[in-house]
Amino acid sequence: MIDQVFREEWGRVLASLVGFLGDVDLAEEATQEAFAAAVERWPSEGAPRNPGAWLTTTARNRAIDRIRRDRVLRAKLPLVAVPEVDDVMTPDSTIPDERLELLFTCCHPALSLEAQVALTLRALGGLSTEEIARAFLVPAETMKRRLSRAKNKIRTAGVPFRVPPDHVLPERLSAVLGVIYLIYNQGYAARDDLASEAISLGRVLVSLMPDEPEASGLLALMLCHHARREARAPGGELVRLEEQDRSRWDHAMIAEGRDLVDRALGRPSRGPYAVQAAIAVLQTEPEIDWPQVVALYDELVLLTGSPVVRLNRAAAVAATGATERALAIVDGLELDGYQYLHSTRAELLRRLDRPAEALAAYRSALELAAAEHERRFLQQRIAELLEAGAESS
Amino acid sequence: MQYALMIYVDPTAPMGSSEDETAAITAEYMAIREDPRCLDGASLAPVEAVSTVRVQAGDAMVTDGPFADTKEVLGGYYLVDVDDLDAALEFAGRIPAARMGGAVEVWPVAFRRE
Repeated sequence: MIDQVFREEWGRVLASLVGFLGDVDLAEEATQEAFAAAVERWPSEGAPRNPGAWLTTTARNRAIDRIRRDRVLRAKLPLVAVPEVDDVMTPDSTIPDERLELLFTCCHPALSLEAQVALTLRALGGLSTEEIARAFLVPAETMKRRLSRAKNKIRTAGVPFRVPPDHVLPERLSAVLGVIYLIYNQGYAARDDLASEAISLGRVLVSLMPDEPEASGLLALMLCHHARREARAPGGELVRLEEQDRSRWDHAMIAEGRDLVDRALGRPSRGPYAVQAAIAVLQTEPEIDWPQVVALYDELVLLTGSPVVRLNRAAAVAATGATERALAIVDGLELDGYQYLHSTRAELLRRLDRPAEALAAYRSALELAAAEHERRFLQQRIAELLEAGAESS
Repeated sequence: MQYALMIYVDPTAPMGSSEDETAAITAEYMAIREDPRCLDGASLAPVEAVSTVRVQAGDAMVTDGPFADTKEVLGGYYLVDVDDLDAALEFAGRIPAARMGGAVEVWPVAFRRE
């Protein structure tokens, strides 16, 4: 019970405390103290009617006590005056949700991307320093320093705690979306828990910015990918989308993604996340409408100009049956160091019955591949071609 | 909060391609200085005029040139008093050097006698 409340309330309580104190470090200490008090008291006294309000009030009162006790701390609080006694809240007060402000502070471009990711997981996700360190394969001490440096910079450099004004909102929002998607991608390959954490963050963002199509788009995109996690590599072997066992997909999650995409695409401006999500949704249909997928990729190429997007577009073109045309697109891309360029090219060459060239391309892909299941997949394709006598042709 | 905006310039890059353009850029620098939130500012002499002093065991060692030998050199600074980092970053973004191959560092001021 307390664990669940902890997860749900941590971000909200911390955000409220940062708003109140103007300092992330002090806010974190006070929030931690309040949660410790809950662990101590709730089992014997019973959980309060409104756990979030109780935790926030307790944290605020602890913070105020602390400030009163330790006058030196006043010097650490440049952003706010020390609160007066009247500011002390009762557990019945309504607490405004300031998680959006906190999210924008954590993802401020003045912080390094690594720090943005770690801070977001700590502040909004409630993950411990040790958990974040494990997820990013760095020693706990390194992560501790990274977090404390970031919090120091927020204080010393005057990083604001607010939702940015309209003229900078698009770029700041795209930083927030980028951090959440990076957390998702870190979880995609191996760590389900991190992927789930990214999805919770996505849900928080959508609840706070319900009219923002890119927030809905990102959440939908993550849901559509996450829904297929059980079917992607059952038993460790990579299974291509078309060959996946659809009964292993999470269809409720896909339906949620589809609803979000429908809402996001109904708006006048559609961004790259919404378009990618629309593609992901189409690819979960029983009969995939490939010409429609290609059209969405055309839009995505215009939005991003990314060669990786062009490569994915080529794969969609191939799926419409235009293999030669797809190969021409792939051959026009400058992505020599990119594993998936070579694997896509290999696949197209194989379909065009050019086994010797396909073999060479699979070998180039294998040279660049790091993930074990991807290596096995490529090795298997190479073996098949060799068996069919590709080398001699 | 106060911030020092340290303006780094590429000394080989011309300040505008015509006299008119140079005048327009100069006017931009002056306008920034006129902003009431700008407390101070200066344009510095070319790097050829810079000397560096170190004191070792009581002896001043003077060398020719700046402390850090880089392609971009300190060309000037502004001292601004604004609400937060976002406002300081916006200020920095208005400085012509930032879009002319140079860069502006935003240093929060730790202490300054009023």
